[in-house]
Amino acid sequence: MQTEGEYDLTTGAGLIACPRCDALHVERELEPGETARCVRCNTLLASPRAGAFTRIIALSFTSLVLMVGAVFFPFLEISRMGFGNQSSLFGVALAFSHGALMPLTVAVLGMIVGLPVLRALLLVYTLLPLSRNRAPYAHAVPAFRLSEALRPWSMAEIFVIGTAIALVKVAGLANISLGPAFWAFCGLIVVNAASNAFTSATTIWDAIEDAGMATDGREIVPESRA
Amino acid sequence: MNAPSDAPVLTAHRAGLAGCRGCGRVWPETETICSRCGGALVSPDRRCLNAVWAWLAAGFVFYIPANLFPMLKTSTFGGLRGNSEATILGGVVELMHYGNYGVAAIVFLASIVVPIGKFIAISWLALVAGRPATVRAAHKRLHLYEVVEFIGRWSMIDVFIVAILSALVQLGFVASIHPGPAAVSFALSVAFTMLSAQSFDPRLIWRGLPLRSRKDHE
Repeated sequence: MQTEGEYDLTTGAGLIACPRCDALHVERELEPGETARCVRCNTLLASPRAGAFTRIIALSFTSLVLMVGAVFFPFLEISRMGFGNQSSLFGVALAFSHGALMPLTVAVLGMIVGLPVLRALLLVYTLLPLSRNRAPYAHAVPAFRLSEALRPWSMAEIFVIGTAIALVKVAGLANISLGPAFWAFCGLIVVNAASNAFTSATTIWDAIEDAGMATDGREIVPESRA
Repeated sequence: MNAPSDAPVLTAHRAGLAGCRGCGRVWPETETICSRCGGALVSPDRRCLNAVWAWLAAGFVFYIPANLFPMLKTSTFGGLRGNSEATILGGVVELMHYGNYGVAAIVFLASIVVPIGKFIAISWLALVAGRPATVRAAHKRLHLYEVVEFIGRWSMIDVFIVAILSALVQLGFVASIHPGPAAVSFALSVAFTMLSAQSFDPRLIWRGLPLRSRKDHE
């Protein structure tokens, strides 16, 4: 077990490398609210926040509830000259379901519904035991790594902005009414943004390690728990 | 200590160690997998550039049909008022024609300026990677990389707009919109360019920096 401030340049124990520029830093346990930035490129290294895990879990559950609403309620409705059409979120993805465009349906559904749901579930799975100071569940490490890898591909917020632009485009052509699913989706962006603001990958890795994951004994355990 | 300084910095690579890009843990250079997060440990060398170029080429190849084929097929009044097939650029021109300058600007930005800018930016970053740089130039490159990484996914907005329009505007006789083949190639182009940006190792930007700055010798 490592004590704070001690480091070994031959094995790398007690050191942290910046993921952006590889600069070495001496690892230190941060107090909640403190922020660590790289001395060279100013990249955020860690920013633990008090109660962050509980909040991320709560926000993940919120986003799951909102997603159920977004999927099953009507999304948008337009009408003109007695002709009307309403579309759900699935309808939007199924717009590509003809012939060669078929794979795009799967991709679009994945990016706007599948991945946000999967990420919320993975975060809950990783953080639930950690927030109660228990040992992480089995496979918490690959679960959290997958969640981080999927981050850029989860595009719910881009979809909502796209909806807004499409609506401006159609506004001159027909009457549009926004369904509850649209508002659920708008709420989803706010919730996801808040969740991302609380997520500090380094802090979660430290927590998984401190909570008793099988490691090589190089973790720094805070004095309160040691 | 928290402000970025210009002083030379010891990197994990120079110290003969390998830093994990996923979680920041530092390991001896002989390790290949980070025991904390399970991520692969890769030393910051120019080998990653092969993947960058390959994904970038794939993205560029798909960007060509994305511009040549129609993105949207519109028919109004059962085809009596005309069927139109709009390419990306055609759609922008059409929007300007109807006076939707704001939307036209967004679509133009998202589907033409941003993708081409990304191709140029990634090519430039890959070309100058590992070349000698001053600290200021390195900061500029990192900033450019962060912009490319952030903005890349937003190009997908075009595909979503096409999906929403074709799902919504199905008014039978009055007007209907169908997606064109360009939607798929555009989506693939965006995905490949995202992968290209992700394969680029930003640590290469800093490899070109001199080991010691001149001030140290004086």
